[in-house]
Amino acid sequence: MCTGPVGDPDRGDRVSANLTLIITASFMIGCGVYLILERSLTRVLVGLIMLGNGANLLFMVAGGPAGKPPIIGTAPTEEMADPLPQALVLTAIVIALGTTAFLLAMAHRSWQLNGNDDVQDDLEDAAIRQLAATDDVSDSHELSQEASAEEDAEEEVYEEEGAEQ
Amino acid sequence: MLALVIAHFAIAGLSPALTRLLGRRVFLALATVPLATLVWALAQTATIRDGGSVVRTISWLPSLDFDIALRMDVLQWLMVLIVSGIGVLVMAYCAWYFDNDDPSLARFAGVFVSFAGAMLGLVLSDDLLLLYVFWELTTVFSYLLIGNDPAKRASRLAATQALVVTTLGGLAMLVGILMLGQLSGTHRASELIADPPSGAMATAALVLVLVGALSKSALIPFHFWLPGAMAAPTPVSAYLHAASMVKAGVFLVALLAPGFALAAGWHGIILTLGVLTMLLGGWRALRQYDIKLLLAYGTVSQLGFLLTIFAIGTRAAALAGLAMLLAHALFKATLFLVVGIIDKSTGTRDLRELSGLARRMPVVFATAVVAAASMAGLPPMLGFVGKESVFAALLDVASTTGGDGTGIASYAGWLVVVGIVLGSVLTMAYTLRFLWAAFATKEGVAPAPAKPVPAGFAAAPVVLAALTLGLGFAGSGLTRLFEPHLALYPEGAHHAELALWHGLGLPLALSGIVVLIGVFLFVKRKVFAQFQALTSWTWSTERIYRNGMRSLDRAAVEVTGTTQVGSVAAYLTFILLVVLALPGAVMVANFSGSVDVIAWDHPAQAVVGAIVILAALFTTRSRRRLRAVLLVGVTGYGTAMLFLLHGAPDLALTQVLVETTSLVVFVLVLRRLPDYFTDRPLSNRRWFRMALGAAVGLGVAGFMILATNARSQPPVSDGFPGPALEFGGGHSMISVILLDMRAWDTMGEISVLVAAATGVASLIFLDTRMSGIRRVFEIPYPETVEKIPTAPGRRVWLPGPRTLTPDRRSIIFEVITRLMFHTMIVLSIYLLFAGHNHVGGGFAAGMVTGLALVVRYLAGGRYELDEAAPVDAGMLMGTGLFVATASALAPMAFGGAVLQSAELTFHLGPLGDPHLVTSTFFDVGVYLVVVGLLLDLLRTFGSRLDRQILREEREAETPAAGGARL
Repeated sequence: MCTGPVGDPDRGDRVSANLTLIITASFMIGCGVYLILERSLTRVLVGLIMLGNGANLLFMVAGGPAGKPPIIGTAPTEEMADPLPQALVLTAIVIALGTTAFLLAMAHRSWQLNGNDDVQDDLEDAAIRQLAATDDVSDSHELSQEASAEEDAEEEVYEEEGAEQ
Repeated sequence: MLALVIAHFAIAGLSPALTRLLGRRVFLALATVPLATLVWALAQTATIRDGGSVVRTISWLPSLDFDIALRMDVLQWLMVLIVSGIGVLVMAYCAWYFDNDDPSLARFAGVFVSFAGAMLGLVLSDDLLLLYVFWELTTVFSYLLIGNDPAKRASRLAATQALVVTTLGGLAMLVGILMLGQLSGTHRASELIADPPSGAMATAALVLVLVGALSKSALIPFHFWLPGAMAAPTPVSAYLHAASMVKAGVFLVALLAPGFALAAGWHGIILTLGVLTMLLGGWRALRQYDIKLLLAYGTVSQLGFLLTIFAIGTRAAALAGLAMLLAHALFKATLFLVVGIIDKSTGTRDLRELSGLARRMPVVFATAVVAAASMAGLPPMLGFVGKESVFAALLDVASTTGGDGTGIASYAGWLVVVGIVLGSVLTMAYTLRFLWAAFATKEGVAPAPAKPVPAGFAAAPVVLAALTLGLGFAGSGLTRLFEPHLALYPEGAHHAELALWHGLGLPLALSGIVVLIGVFLFVKRKVFAQFQALTSWTWSTERIYRNGMRSLDRAAVEVTGTTQVGSVAAYLTFILLVVLALPGAVMVANFSGSVDVIAWDHPAQAVVGAIVILAALFTTRSRRRLRAVLLVGVTGYGTAMLFLLHGAPDLALTQVLVETTSLVVFVLVLRRLPDYFTDRPLSNRRWFRMALGAAVGLGVAGFMILATNARSQPPVSDGFPGPALEFGGGHSMISVILLDMRAWDTMGEISVLVAAATGVASLIFLDTRMSGIRRVFEIPYPETVEKIPTAPGRRVWLPGPRTLTPDRRSIIFEVITRLMFHTMIVLSIYLLFAGHNHVGGGFAAGMVTGLALVVRYLAGGRYELDEAAPVDAGMLMGTGLFVATASALAPMAFGGAVLQSAELTFHLGPLGDPHLVTSTFFDVGVYLVVVGLLLDLLRTFGSRLDRQILREEREAETPAAGGARL
């Protein structure tokens, strides 16, 4: 089991890394990354869930070695697993449910509107790329350009009339 | 003093209400506050004259060395008189200038009086940081006033241009102020002048401060914003852009001059730019056809003039400057107001259309002549007195060795004299051009049709012109008033005194020359205009500004176009690559040979881990949606198993419940989505994603090994068990952490759940989530079902399945439901109350109740769900949040802290002595939120989608009906 109790003076408070859990979690995270880079929102969601499970597992690793459930009175306190990461992960799990539901609703809505649940590229961004490609300026600048042209024209009128006087 | 500043903003807030009541006369009501300021300032005259100061200091942010420090000496007193006095007159003028039905009236009046307040605060601030705050406030109000007509493109542009230019200067000034504060340990102007810092840092700071002053006062190279600002209504031009705001830069220079006039760079910068600005403004004023623009360029010219005088730093120059400051405020405001009257009554400001107004508006004409005479520097106006003194002061500087104590070289002094004389010649010429343009009868131009001018409309300019004339005779009185300010400078070569008659001398001769050449230029204006046209240059700083803004915009477009590709996957890739490159590199660098790892805590972990890894791999390969979801479910249950093996039964329980719920929800939605994912060829991108996934996985593993080994302190939770029992009153440390120690986290979490549920509901329902809960007895049964009598009084358990068509009913499910439902509810209640001491808690309990509802829904359809839970999901979640919040706040009523727990013990006789911790109420709130969330998910993904599917089927059966798909 565990190579040494937490708080062993020889080891300081170092904790040995549990390789099994780390490998399992890393695998889930790697596969999750592969999936969230997909276009299909369902796949993204599946990837996200998997990533989340992997990350939650890492909390256990970080919390230290396995132990007895952290319920006072059922076991000596020293043998219990660290309760703090557990509480944090509990919160994370429930939030994940909310996220899952929300993304699913989005996938469904996307399917209703577009007939698929693919994540589309942002059209506004494409418009800006278009501007950049044609060496153009944004709308906000167009105003002052026009005004500048108008004023230049006005200036010329002044000069002509000045010459006539 | 502070009260007066605040009163401006307060009455500005009343502006909309007062406008509804008074119409355009609202300006008269609002003018009472500047009027009170004026009266207050006049009442302080005696104190100020005797060299006293009015000071008010309130400590505000001592750690930043930033106080509300107000101070009024002579200079500030004069500025207060100008700001409030001209403010009152211009606001009175506004009461005639605007129309009652002007829609922007309330906003304009409010902003206008707010500006007056900000300006008052600016001139009274002794703390330079406070001054900066008011400084930027005036910029913002100026922006709003210039852009008073947002429908006009020109006014929007002019407003933005003024804002950008003056804010740029303001920011430079802020940096300068902070540097000065750093150097000398104070931000007070009065203390800085008394003991100015020196050195290269101080010079840099001073230059930065000057950038702010010059930009505000429209000096070269910032001058172009001021003529642009003429897009504002004329009262704004008269008040902000002639009398008060543009004087802020002049004021700042005058304020700092006693301490900094000898500093490096001061004279070089201000004198050069000031004289050049004076010449440029005058030159361009002669080329304008719009009489308002003519005045605007005249203002630019005069501001250069004023800054030059104040920058000199001798006693005589300071006296001349104060006189010119007052004179300019009086005559320029008058002339702008006159332009406003002409514009209002003839509808034009173009000199080519104006003709013969002198005879039609004799009073206005006389007023304009007085003000113009002052501008040109003709006796007996105040402007003449001021200009004579300026000439005298400058001649002293040029002709005395050492520049009359300023260190200005003689040639430089003479250059300034020549520049100012030339500038005055141009001033004389454009003054005549203005009078001629506005009032003369011109050949070939039809007399402009002019409406009569009401007496009240003309009152303000008349009063100002009268002051211009009257104060011209009060030279000695003014000198005595200004005495305390002059005492800041050493006595110069000659004793300076304001007077109409200084005797025959060089100053008078210069005045004479100025008048003669000025008149000559005006008479020969056609020749001069041709000359100007010949020498006109196309180069302008305004074009530089525009090109700068254009380049900025272009750069922004390019940067955005390159970095913002609009694809989520691309962004994620970028983030992950950065994670790998930066922290990843550090991780690899820190990886020492001796890592402390163990294979497992328990061999079972390896078995479960292998299953999870396999499931994860197959998930990525799966092309069917349902299979992917089931496989990810396997990884979820596997994770739960690993939790259990690790000693976290609470987590395992919750994970299993969440995983099950997720599966149900997935399946409910997947019935609407295509079976297979969109097919994509195995492209290079996929190989890249695989590589990235593998790299991230490896990186995470490395980080985890390092991080786990890096621990050197005992975990914080070592100290939890004692307090958990003592204060939290629970044996389950998880529960105590969630409900007591870190209860704020939980509070945030349930709020997120409510938000998520609301988001889901709005995405599915689209219009309203109040879809109406319909009980079984309210609906018509399908014809295939034998009707059994149902009435509100009669209760049948599990009536829902009868509403389904026979092919959709499942006897097994119905049986299971009958067996399971009550057990699950009892279990959930047990979990809820046992959670504090054993495995369980509000989350788990809520999920179990929710799953019980799922079972009812699966067995009996949407009507059965409404039978099981005839409440609105939103209501349930709202109640949950309320209960949680109330129990969090309740301890405060008993003198405790938010979310504090207490133990209650009951004596129920034979039922025992149950003891209850108050945080259980909080947990009940959590429970309700979670049940509400699940109910909401069922209503949306279940009932609502059922209804949509049913409708589509019906539409498919009757194609004629058609209709839109919802």
